Amino acid sequence: MCLAIPAKVVAIDELADNATVELGEVRKAVSLALVENVTVGDFVLIHVGYALNKVSEEEAQRTLELFAQAGVTP
Amino acid sequence: MNAQVKPFTLRLDTRKGKVDMTHGSGGRAMAQLIQELFLKHFDNELLRQANDQASFDVHAGRMVMSVDGHVISPLFFPGGDIGSLAVHGTINDVAMSGARPTYLSAGFILEEGFPLADLERIVISMSRAANEAGVPVVTGDTKVVEKGKGDGVFITTTGIGVVPQGIDISGDRAVPGDLIIVSGSMGDHGVTIMSSRENLEFETSITSDSAALHTLVEQMVAVAPDIHSLRDPTRGGLATTLNELAQQSQVGMQLSEAEIPVKPAVASACELLGLDPLYVANEGKLICICSEADAERLLPVMRAHPLGGESAVIGRVIEDPHHFVQMETLFGGSRVVDWLTGEQLPRIC
Amino acid sequence: MKYVDEFRQHKLAKQLAAAIRDEVDTGRSYHLMEFCGGHTHAIFRYGVQDLMPGNVRFIHGPGCPVCVLPVGRIDNAIHLVEAEDVILCTYGDLLRVPASGRNSLIKVKAAGGDVRMVYSTQDALNIARENPDRQVVFLAIGFETTTPPSAVALQQARREGLKNFSLFCNHVLTPAAIQNILESPEVREIGSVAIHGFFGPSHVSSVIGSRPYEFFAEEFQRPVVIAGFEPLDVMQSVLMLIRQLNQGRYEVENEYTRVVTREGNQKAQRLVAEVFELRRSFEWRGLGLVPYSALKIKADYQEYDAEQRFQIPVSPAKEVKGCECPAILRGAKRPTDCKLFGVVCTPDNPMGSCMVSSEGACAAYWSYGRFRQPEAKSASTEVAI
Repeated sequence: MCLAIPAKVVAIDELADNATVELGEVRKAVSLALVENVTVGDFVLIHVGYALNKVSEEEAQRTLELFAQAGVTP
Repeated sequence: MNAQVKPFTLRLDTRKGKVDMTHGSGGRAMAQLIQELFLKHFDNELLRQANDQASFDVHAGRMVMSVDGHVISPLFFPGGDIGSLAVHGTINDVAMSGARPTYLSAGFILEEGFPLADLERIVISMSRAANEAGVPVVTGDTKVVEKGKGDGVFITTTGIGVVPQGIDISGDRAVPGDLIIVSGSMGDHGVTIMSSRENLEFETSITSDSAALHTLVEQMVAVAPDIHSLRDPTRGGLATTLNELAQQSQVGMQLSEAEIPVKPAVASACELLGLDPLYVANEGKLICICSEADAERLLPVMRAHPLGGESAVIGRVIEDPHHFVQMETLFGGSRVVDWLTGEQLPRIC
Repeated sequence: MKYVDEFRQHKLAKQLAAAIRDEVDTGRSYHLMEFCGGHTHAIFRYGVQDLMPGNVRFIHGPGCPVCVLPVGRIDNAIHLVEAEDVILCTYGDLLRVPASGRNSLIKVKAAGGDVRMVYSTQDALNIARENPDRQVVFLAIGFETTTPPSAVALQQARREGLKNFSLFCNHVLTPAAIQNILESPEVREIGSVAIHGFFGPSHVSSVIGSRPYEFFAEEFQRPVVIAGFEPLDVMQSVLMLIRQLNQGRYEVENEYTRVVTREGNQKAQRLVAEVFELRRSFEWRGLGLVPYSALKIKADYQEYDAEQRFQIPVSPAKEVKGCECPAILRGAKRPTDCKLFGVVCTPDNPMGSCMVSSEGACAAYWSYGRFRQPEAKSASTEVAI
């Protein structure tokens, strides 16, 4: 349910409250109406043409480290 | 294209003119359209005879014949248009029997109001595709339907070809132990079309893979005359085509997701729209099923051809009373790769 | 793709699988319900079940908004197209969903009805702007994730004074459905179904936060782990649920910290609260009437409410005879226990909610997991604890 995918903000149109996001080699315009303080370079979660949330780089890293540890911890 | 050539004072306005009902009425306007547009661009000896049919000598051997109706929105897309697609699609259908395609026919259904400039662009592209492939359009037909009863233009092409001696390629010949080869990356065409559809617009570097595969097939059958099955995975994509073959041959298939070539841009567009690249259409790729020994001979030949550079073995034919296509996922699990259900529509969930 | 590919790595999957095998108590079973279709999809598409020990079982919940939309609401939408001559806009997922009498929006479209597939509520607004002389209705469905974009569209329509746009609201709420499952007799009283732990929704939670689940963990004494939709997220969440169960804990933990916080997206919550309010009761396909489980448009926005504008009636609940969806959604039965499954009910001809969308338990099982059928049949006789 609720298909959403992280994409990188590469341009912001403040007047239209829109951003161009990049996912791999694909670019798409999305609405920023649901998020606050988004800047170019941020990763946002895209759902039905809207940025739904910011993705935290720091937390993503932490989760990946948890995965990596899984095999070594008792 | 059965008109008597008559002198005209006013030339066909291929800049601003539009198709109207007279272009399909059998009268002078139709003759003019045929003369100044179709004959001009498709020009070849058989067509110039201006008969209701093309007549030619038949060579010894088995003949194949295939027909394909082409409807597509948008009509023009990165990497091609409905015209080139109508040529490539039918050439490929003929070539998948191992045949050398020889002639094409083209039937146009035009909607009243369709710009003649667009029609000319399509016809030029079609004639270029036919010339490049060396398969001329030798007979044709034009009809006009009232505005609102068509979608601009529909093109139906028929192709015939000759199968060389000793070739027996068919969808029911896959046997357990055979390898499954694809000639390149999956989903390029379908993603290109979707990227240019209204409401879905996204920018991508991907272009349609639309291409005529008969020269690739010719080289393939030259080194491996005993290829079991060939098919181009168009609508429904790789998944649906493999299911068709599994059903026809009463076998199962085991794929390895890691080996299936998918371009990164196609993968990301599919993520965005909630689609699976295995179900997305291709117009310039083929699936080949053959013995392991033939696969060894085929791969270098395919990879050396401009349309087969990314050829890869993606799986194996197995025994399976259910005729399932199964796949080991990139993740190390396994799943069934089923027939396409309904239409591939962008999803929200 | 950043934040996607890293969470699908085969090597890490093997490590996580080993860690799960090490930590499971072989003397007990772990029945873990994923509420969301997104998890169901990930489990089947990547074959996650293959990497699990035999005593870890996934129970596929009702978390697909397409699947749970009742027949009556689709009938209502079809009525709008056929009788009111509106342009009906909706997400692609809904086009094939069966209505009464084997009808569907895609068939209505084929018969000449003006049904348009949109990718975003913004597209629906555009269609309304381009067709000022036609009524345009957006058939809105979805959980908390899809609701904020609907709220934005309604506010925009009012700001612009778009008189020909309205929204047919079918937005539903996750916590109410989870509660309904946990309170159902099979789960709570009879104890015939064991659901030991929950995967919390990922994208729903990114909007509502992890806090709403704290009540369930406490009240029903079940651990909840908010899990991302990538397969490694699911596996890590399995590990976290197993640890809680082994230690006798029942807390809300968050595996999907890169997007979900305890408070969620407050701007989105605010927008939703401005436009929508709780519905006293709403029918879920498969679950029946669930109290306070859906949203309706507030009186303040009633001129944009299609239910008001077109006097849409409430249709009585209808379920297909013999369909086991209600039991399957609660984990009481498996898809293969239903006598309709694969016989008359397939993705090409869905009868019940679980077969409607590719994320429904039955459809996912049919499309991706059918080759496991014989084993699954025999396994369904296991005794619940």
